[in-house]
Amino acid sequence: MFFWSLVLIAVGIFSSFIYGRSRIKLNSKKQGTKSKSLPNYYAQYVLMWCLFPALIVYFSWAIFQEQIIQNIVISNFEFIEGAVYNEGLLLAEIRNVANNPSFADGKSIEIINAASHYSSLRQISQISFYTSIIIIMLLGALYASQKLKPEFHAQHTIEKYIQYVLIFCSSVAIFTTIGIVFSLIFESLRFFAEVSIFEFLFSTEWYPFIPIREGQTAAEGSFGAVPIFAGTFLVMVVAMCVAVPLGLLTAIYLAEYASQRVRKIVKPLLEILAGIPTIVYGFFAFVSVAPFVKAFGQSIGIDASPTSALAAGMVMGVMIIPFISSLSDDVINSVPQSLREASLGIGANKAETIKKVILPAALPGIVGAFLLAISRAIGETMIVVVAAGTAPNLTGNPFENVTTVTVQIVVALIGDQEFDNPRTLSAFALGLVLFVITLFLNIIALQIVKRYRERYE
Amino acid sequence: MSNSKILANGVDVYYGSKQALFGISMDIKEKEVTALIGPSGCGKSTFLRCINRMNDLIEICKVSGSIKVDNEEIISEKTDVVSLRSKIGMVFQKPNPFPKSIFDNVAYGPTIHGLVDSKNELEEIVHSSLKKAGLFDEVKDRLNEPGTSLSGGQQQRLCIARAIAVNPEIILMDEPCSALDPIATAIIEELIDELRLNYTIIIVTHSMQQAARVSQKTCFFHLGELIETGETNKIFTNPDNTKTQDYITGRFG
Repeated sequence: MFFWSLVLIAVGIFSSFIYGRSRIKLNSKKQGTKSKSLPNYYAQYVLMWCLFPALIVYFSWAIFQEQIIQNIVISNFEFIEGAVYNEGLLLAEIRNVANNPSFADGKSIEIINAASHYSSLRQISQISFYTSIIIIMLLGALYASQKLKPEFHAQHTIEKYIQYVLIFCSSVAIFTTIGIVFSLIFESLRFFAEVSIFEFLFSTEWYPFIPIREGQTAAEGSFGAVPIFAGTFLVMVVAMCVAVPLGLLTAIYLAEYASQRVRKIVKPLLEILAGIPTIVYGFFAFVSVAPFVKAFGQSIGIDASPTSALAAGMVMGVMIIPFISSLSDDVINSVPQSLREASLGIGANKAETIKKVILPAALPGIVGAFLLAISRAIGETMIVVVAAGTAPNLTGNPFENVTTVTVQIVVALIGDQEFDNPRTLSAFALGLVLFVITLFLNIIALQIVKRYRERYE
Repeated sequence: MSNSKILANGVDVYYGSKQALFGISMDIKEKEVTALIGPSGCGKSTFLRCINRMNDLIEICKVSGSIKVDNEEIISEKTDVVSLRSKIGMVFQKPNPFPKSIFDNVAYGPTIHGLVDSKNELEEIVHSSLKKAGLFDEVKDRLNEPGTSLSGGQQQRLCIARAIAVNPEIILMDEPCSALDPIATAIIEELIDELRLNYTIIIVTHSMQQAARVSQKTCFFHLGELIETGETNKIFTNPDNTKTQDYITGRFG
């Protein structure tokens, strides 16, 4: 149904454009004056008036049609006294019968009646949908065509409309973000209604299991997120230990030592690292690095588990190297050449110049790069899911299994439980904490980078 | 006079395949101010930057020929660029203090060259350099403030203090006043006149009045060639070459 309506709208667009173009030419010829704007703008004007109202009708139909029909069907349903109905199941049954009459065998007469009611409503809805789209398009075009006079500034109006369209597009992203934040907050509130916020933030027991059936003898779950934050922190520290020196030294090499030719090849290569899907890093961590870490741990007498904070952190470190090296390289490059010349001109050598002049001058920007990398590291999921394990250990030993916020969110959402118990709701609370942390890190990082930029431009 | 400090002979400079300087030969005397003048793009800055090998920073730049500083060849693979540059200070077109305190700006050179053994000695060098640059009285109460907080003219004098803190013998100045107002310019020119007693100074300038005011020798560059060189008085009153004549009278450039 919706495919054909798109065809219909396309036809409308095309013909309204042609109509607007020829109409304005005709009108200006009749009056013997030149139109204020080029004919194409008048055509676009008609087109917009034809298209946008039709789109609004289209989307509201797409969103509301099913809901309205279902409500009508249910409210007209002949409920039998005393019987218990599940509305969702009932609707599914009615829809099944309506879509496929062979399912009608053995169903009660009420359901068959409701199904035919449902089908007829759908038919009515479809017909009225097409007619209203056509009418709306015609009305729009009619309204627009009244304005098709040579003295009308079509271009100004079009530019205004285009501005509205642009505003609409950019607000989609913003409102989506706001919506996500609110849903995080509300679901988290539901979680904190069942689990105290102090337990969540300060208790060290993470045992997110709850009895699924009534009377089951499972222990009460406990939701102390401290081990999870600790695990996240541990993995992040390992990752930064790998990424900061490697990334920074890479950046220094690229910005100060490498020739233009090398730079042109190496920099894009590094940035490709950032394009590798993180799940690929994940199984690299699990298949290659984790066994190595385990063997290494055993060789120095530490009992390492098959998945460990060290393995996940090291691979995550490799993953964020391009972040740090690329951003730091940009920052180091934007240190003015005159400072380099000043230092070299006094007789400092390259190393002294970098250590004492370039790096201090670039430091704010580099710190900004580190913070962005950290927020990337703690939000990273796939590597830790595969390679860090799921055991909520409160430990500082990187050879042990740990778990991170993102992993626990995945664990909480796997399985087909509804969102009405603390176990699944905990995902939202964890997500909220993660969101707040990364938000603050990003704000601080951007602020630092910005202040630094202002200084040299 | 036989005390020639810098002796250039047949210096060619190429940027990639483009030749920027054509066989420059020049004799620069000790404790004099030599001004390099000429229209934009004539190669005077390029020549200046050959003397302390600053052109090494430009990947595509190739220098050939011979420049001797104190009778030592410096256009050579074997030249110790670091010690050469500590002997030849440089002041740039735009003041470029480090984003450090005023004190640290001046202390930078002596520290990296290990010229001082104690904090007191360092302080002494910093103070005397600032005095020589005529800046000390203005900044003595705020040596810990960032060098970038000074005015443009003060920043340029800070850069001069920074250059003379490592006790160079030669100071190269690449249009040191082009970013400054007339008052700051006058102060710097006065300073150059004083510094002449202890240093050999080569200054690139676009301002012919400035060249006439501060220099004893003037060299006129045009399209990568050294057209004329001689006593400043003579160049500005009675040049031998008609191109020089045209340039200083403002007929082109």
